[in-house]
Amino acid sequence: MINISIREMSEMLQTKKISVQELCSLYYDRARAFNEQTNALITLYPELCAAEIMHAQETVKSGGSVLAGIPLVHKDLFCTKGKKTTCASRMLENFISPYDATVVKKLKTQGMVTLGKANMDEFAMGSSNEHSAFGIVNNPWSHQRVPGGSSGGSAAAVAARMVPVATGTDTGGSIRQPAAFCGITGIKPSYGRVSRYGMVAFASSLDQGGVLAPSADDCALVLSAMTGHDALDSTSANQPQWQWRKPESPDMRGLKVGVISSWIDSLQDEGIKQLTLQGIEYFKNNGAEIIEIELPHAELAVSAYYILAPAECSSNLSRFDGVRFGHQTAQAENLEALYRQSRSEGFGEEVQKRIMIGTWALSSGYYDAYYLQAQKVRRMISDDFKQAFAQVDVMACPVSPELAFKQGEKSDGVSMYQADQFTIPASLAGLPCLSMPIGFSQGLPVGLQLIGNYFDEQTILSIADKYQQQTDHHLKMPEAYL
Amino acid sequence: MSAMNQWEMVIGLEIHVRLDTESKLFSGMKASYGASPNSQVSFLDAGLPGTLPVINQKALEYAIRFGLSVNAEIPEVTIFARKNYFYPDLPKGYQISQMDDPIVGKGHIVIETDAGEKTVEITRAHLEEDAGKSVHDKYDQYSAIDLNRAGTPLIEVVSEPQMSNAKEAVAYMRAIYTRVTHLGICDGNLQEGSFRCDANVSVRPKGQTELGTRAEIKNLNSFRFIEKAINHEAKRQIKILESGGSIIQETRLYDAEKDQTRSMRSKENANDYRYFPDPDQLPIQITKEMIEAQRALLPEFPEAKIKRYVEMLGLKPDDAEIIANDINLSKFFEQSLSQSKAPADLNAKFLLGEFSALLNAESKTIGDSNIDAVSYAGLLDELQAGSISRKVAKQVLDLMWEQGQSAKDIIEQQGWGQISDNSALETLVDELITNNPNQVASYRDGNEKMFNFFVGQIMKQTKGQANPVQLKQILEDKLKQ
Repeated sequence: MINISIREMSEMLQTKKISVQELCSLYYDRARAFNEQTNALITLYPELCAAEIMHAQETVKSGGSVLAGIPLVHKDLFCTKGKKTTCASRMLENFISPYDATVVKKLKTQGMVTLGKANMDEFAMGSSNEHSAFGIVNNPWSHQRVPGGSSGGSAAAVAARMVPVATGTDTGGSIRQPAAFCGITGIKPSYGRVSRYGMVAFASSLDQGGVLAPSADDCALVLSAMTGHDALDSTSANQPQWQWRKPESPDMRGLKVGVISSWIDSLQDEGIKQLTLQGIEYFKNNGAEIIEIELPHAELAVSAYYILAPAECSSNLSRFDGVRFGHQTAQAENLEALYRQSRSEGFGEEVQKRIMIGTWALSSGYYDAYYLQAQKVRRMISDDFKQAFAQVDVMACPVSPELAFKQGEKSDGVSMYQADQFTIPASLAGLPCLSMPIGFSQGLPVGLQLIGNYFDEQTILSIADKYQQQTDHHLKMPEAYL
Repeated sequence: MSAMNQWEMVIGLEIHVRLDTESKLFSGMKASYGASPNSQVSFLDAGLPGTLPVINQKALEYAIRFGLSVNAEIPEVTIFARKNYFYPDLPKGYQISQMDDPIVGKGHIVIETDAGEKTVEITRAHLEEDAGKSVHDKYDQYSAIDLNRAGTPLIEVVSEPQMSNAKEAVAYMRAIYTRVTHLGICDGNLQEGSFRCDANVSVRPKGQTELGTRAEIKNLNSFRFIEKAINHEAKRQIKILESGGSIIQETRLYDAEKDQTRSMRSKENANDYRYFPDPDQLPIQITKEMIEAQRALLPEFPEAKIKRYVEMLGLKPDDAEIIANDINLSKFFEQSLSQSKAPADLNAKFLLGEFSALLNAESKTIGDSNIDAVSYAGLLDELQAGSISRKVAKQVLDLMWEQGQSAKDIIEQQGWGQISDNSALETLVDELITNNPNQVASYRDGNEKMFNFFVGQIMKQTKGQANPVQLKQILEDKLKQ
C-alpha cells in the first residue's frame, strides 16, 4: 500500500477502496513513527487538518484532481499560512508566515493534504543536510550517511515513504543530489516555470521549486499543478500551466541523447561510472541515438556559482536583522550590536560564511573582478548549452561524483562545493533537469541526471517514465522502512 | 574688494520627486500620504520572507513621461538594482533603485538666469523606492518605525554640476518642479516631501577648470532654503580654502533655524552600497509604443506656451506669462479661444481683467468657476459682434455667474443688445436733426461741443444701447450736410 503510485492511490480513492482520511492517516502514522530515525521533518503537524481532509474528500467525490487526497510535506522554506516556516534556521525558529506560498496554495487547491514541513540545510545552503539548526537528517538507506541537500528532509521523507511526495527547491542541485542519494526521482523545472512567491530566497536568479517522489510520473503530476504564470513573481515565465502527457510506450526511437564522455571518465567511483554507462546503454537499446557533446565552459561553473549564489544570498538575507521578525538578541548596546548579535546568534556557520563571501564579492573594488566575471561565465555556459541543444533533445550525465557520504566525513567546505560540478551548470543556465534512480553501488542508490531544453520538462520526464516502465530501481525501499 | 569675487561656485542637484501613483513602486499597497502609522504596509513593504517585487507600470510610465519632458533618451531596456545597507526603516536591508541602465538617460532643460537663458544638462533620472520613516522623539526608550512611506515611488533626477550660483540652482529646481507638476506625475507638495533635493556644492578659483572637492547638502525641501543653504555652504568652503585648509568630501545637513550646515558623515565612513542587479526582476523592455503613448500625454510647458501666445496670438508678454504659468487658467483660455470668434487679446484682457476681478471677489479660482469656458466664449462673441459694450459685458458676466444662463439669454431678457442697425440709427438721427434745428445750426457754426449733445440724446433714447462707433459716424455724416 505504501509503495504505490499517485495514480494508483487516486484510483483507490475514486473507487472508495480507501478514504482520504484513511490514506492520510496511514502516511501520517508512518511520518510520526519514522521521524525519530530520519529527522526528515522539522515540523509534523499535531494532527491532520480537518478542513484540508474535507476539501480533499469533496474534490475526490466530484471527480476532480488526481492529486486530491494525496498527502505531502513542503520543504520548510515554502511559506505556510499560520504555520511555522523556519528555513532550518534559529533565525526563523518561531516564524509564522501570514500567507501561503503560491506553490502551497496551488497544491492545497488541488486537494493535497499537508502533513508538515521538511528538514533542509539552513536557508537551502548545503549539500548534505548537516547544516540544519534542527539536526542532521539520516539517510534511510544508511542512517550514518547524509541524505544529500539541501532538500535532504524532503528526499529522506519520500525514501522512507513517510509521504508519497514532497516539494523541494533546487539552486545548484538541491533537489537532484538528495534524490540521487536517497534513491528517488526529483525534478527541478526550468527557471521561471514555478512561482517563487512565498519561497524564502537563497539565490533568487537560481532558486526553483520542484518535486521529489518515487517515480517520474508522480513528480510530473505534482509539478504540472505547481506551474503557471504568477503575477506575484516578476521572474515567473509567461507560460500557461504545463500539462504532463504520460508516454504510452518505452520506445525511444528518434530521440537524440547527448553525453559528455569526459564527465563520465572523470568519475572516481567505479560503481557510479558503470551504472551511468548502463543507463545510457539502456536508452540506446530502446532506439535513442547517443551523441557526444561538449560544454567547454562547464568546468568554470562551480567557481562562478560560488560567487553568484553567495552574492545574492548576502543581500537576500539582509532582512533578517532582528528588528521586525526572527531572532532578536536579548540585549544590545546599540543598533550595530543589535544587528551583529542577532545575526551571529541566528545564523549558522555555513550561512554566515556565504554571507561573508557574497558581501565581499559585491564590494567596491571586487565587484568587477568577481561578480561581473562570474556573470560572464554564466552567459558562456548558457551559450554552450544552446549549442548543445541544437544537436540533441536531452543530455544524460551523472548527478554527483559520489555516493551518499558519512555524516561528519567532509569537514572541508570546498570539496563539498566541488561535488556540485554536474548539477550546477544546468542551474546556471536555468534548464529543466531531473535525477532518476538507476541502481545501487555498495548498497547505496545512484542517480542519473537528465537535462532538457528550456521549458521542455515533457521530454526529460517522458524519458524517465519510459525507463521506469521497464525498471524498478525507483520502487526499491530501504528495508528498515518496508 | 571682496575675496568672494575670486571664487566660483559649482553646483549639481539631485532632486527626489515622489510620483503621485495610487500604489507603491513594487507592491499593490496604497501610497497616500498622512495615513495612520503602519496602516499602509504590505507583506513586501515589511520585508517578509518570500515576498517579491512587481513593478508598478504607472510609475514606469510617469518616469518615461518625465524623461521625454526634459528631452532625455529613454533606453530600450532598464534594470533595477539593489542598494544594500542596514537601517531599521529599510525592511529588506536593501533599497530597490537603479544603477546602470536607468529609465531616463541624458537630457537637458533650459532655465532663465540673470544672464539670460542657460541650458542645464541632466545626467540621468532613475526610479527607486523610498525608505520608511524613523521617529526618534515619540518615545523615551525606543525609536518608532513607520513603514507607510516604505516602497513609495520616487524618481531621482541628477543634474550635471553646471549651476554657478544659488539663484541658478533655484531656477533649475523650479524648472523641474514646473515640469513634474504640469506633467501630473507629482503633487508638488514641498511640506510633505513630495519634492526635495540634495545639493552638491564645491568652489574653485575663477578660471580654474578642475572641480573642487564637493560637499553634499542633504534633504532640502524649499526653494528659499536651498538658496540660503548653498550660499552658506559656499562661504564656509571659501573661508576654509582662504585660510589654507582643504575641503573634506562629506555629507552635510542644513539647519534652517541656525542657517548653517553641519557634518553628517564623511566619505571615509560612507557605506559601500554593493549595488548589483536585482535578481528578483528581469530587465524591463521599454517599447516604442510605451514611449509614444507617453509622448502623446506631454502637455505644452509654460515657456513654449508664452512664446506661442505672444508670437502667434499677439498677447502682451505679461498677459501671456500669467495665463501660461497657471495650468487651469491656460486650459480655460485656450478652450474659450477655440469656441469664440473674439480675438485672443480681447479674450486675454477680459479674462485677466473683468473675469479675474469677479473670481477674486467671489474668492474662487478658475478651476472652480461657475462659468465654464464655453459660456465665457459666448459672452466674448456678443462683445465682439458689438451687440453689447464692454461695460455691459461686465454686468452680463455677473448675471451669468449668479444665474448660470448664457450671455445671449441674459442680453435678450435685459434688453441690453446694442443697436448696430445702421438704418435704425439713421432714422433716429434724422428725427433728432429735424426736431432740434437750433442745436444743428449751432454745431454747423462751429460749436463742436454740440456734438456730444446729439450723442447724449440718442443714447438717452436708446437707453445706451446704440453702438457708439456707428452712431458717431452717422452723426458726423448727417450733420455735415
